[in-house]
Amino acid sequence: MIVIIDYQAGNLTSVVRSFKALGIEGTVTQDPAVVARATRVIFPGVGAAGKAMATLRELGLDQALRQCFERGIPIFGICLGAQIILEGSDENAAACLGLLPGRTKALPRVDDLKIPHMGWNRVRFLKPHPVFKDLPVAAEYYFVHSYYPAPDRTAMVLGVTDYGIDFPSAIGWRNVVATQFHPEKSGRFGLKILENFLAWDGTYAE
Amino acid sequence: MLSKRIIPCLDVRDGRTTKGIKFKNNVDIGDPVAMARHYYEAGADELVFYDITASSDRRNIMIDVVRRVAAEIFIPFSVGGGIRNLNDMRDVLLAGAEKVSVNSAAILEPGLISAGAQAFGSQCIVLGMDVKRVAPSEAIPSGYEMVIHGGRTPMGIDALWWAQEAVRLGAGEICLNSIDADGTQAGYELTLTRMISTTVPIPVIASGGAGTPEHLYEVLTQGRADAALIASMVHYGTYTIAGIKDYLAERQIPVRVAW
Repeated sequence: MIVIIDYQAGNLTSVVRSFKALGIEGTVTQDPAVVARATRVIFPGVGAAGKAMATLRELGLDQALRQCFERGIPIFGICLGAQIILEGSDENAAACLGLLPGRTKALPRVDDLKIPHMGWNRVRFLKPHPVFKDLPVAAEYYFVHSYYPAPDRTAMVLGVTDYGIDFPSAIGWRNVVATQFHPEKSGRFGLKILENFLAWDGTYAE
Repeated sequence: MLSKRIIPCLDVRDGRTTKGIKFKNNVDIGDPVAMARHYYEAGADELVFYDITASSDRRNIMIDVVRRVAAEIFIPFSVGGGIRNLNDMRDVLLAGAEKVSVNSAAILEPGLISAGAQAFGSQCIVLGMDVKRVAPSEAIPSGYEMVIHGGRTPMGIDALWWAQEAVRLGAGEICLNSIDADGTQAGYELTLTRMISTTVPIPVIASGGAGTPEHLYEVLTQGRADAALIASMVHYGTYTIAGIKDYLAERQIPVRVAW
């Protein structure tokens, strides 16, 4: 069962539709008992880290996600989901899930670049990973965010994107991968990433 | 580097697109879903649907269009026209649109912007601005005035002030339409676009006046726009999105060339 976690952090319609286009009927749930039976987890989300963490705790989903991580099933974090898998966030000084060591930081305002970083941008993949295979170098992905995930270990940074600075836009460790961009809104290359994820067994040797 | 977005705008009336007479490849030019799929495959970075439905059950018709479009295209799209309250916003977003655009309703009730941003996040809330050039005055120091009803009703509100106020209220993006340039195909209003885009911290989509790729080049450079709305120049088959992007890429404008 492929579970899409709903913690009241934004609109899940496009995530659900993308998997439907790949022939997969995801189970959208707020119920930790359902998450406990998942074989694969999508952890999307937009919004502020503080409120998101409060809702996750209230629903008991923080523990459910940690258990998924311990069980070794494939987990895909998207946007806010990619940020709050780290230990903490500079947004609302929030304590987060801590699946990966590191913090979420604010994008610096460089020159006249606007915040949020909104639109299409490239990802420079730094190392091969089963979820990010078979993608052209010129592919671009859709971003909308003001913060970015900064894992402590460079080995966990799978890809970077240039917006004034090179920030980590694809991260991963063990059975978790996460993107700051929205694969569900990134055209066919985004769908390719989701398709790769569906075929991934959750193992990754650094 | 962030790419500049090229965004076709589709007018929808009673569930049918109203422009686009010279499409080839068997595209049903009256069908918004077919048009959306065509532009998705042709390299559009985003789509805008503008609902000009007059009938009373307008919401249901448009929601059905949004739902069918969302099932087939996997790039962001926004819906504007007739968004009057939080329920209208919710319906459109849950049907699968990435963003909603508010225009007249936001001028008449600015709380709609903050309520929308609170409920759905700033990134979903686009402020649509219809702007007309006027002689600068005490009330309109920038010389650009907000208008509604397609330009027929001046509001006595300064466009530059309103853009900043909308940012304060939580708008995540501005779609800036010049009533003077709209429909002329003689180029975007560069002075207005530059003024707004260099003042607000959020992205600005330039709208009104696109007729040639050079017009897009101008508004993305001199006009400092983050994105450019296009309509007739692609609807009638005069230009393709790929052709426009090639023109811009040759002139060092970052655009998305692989799709």
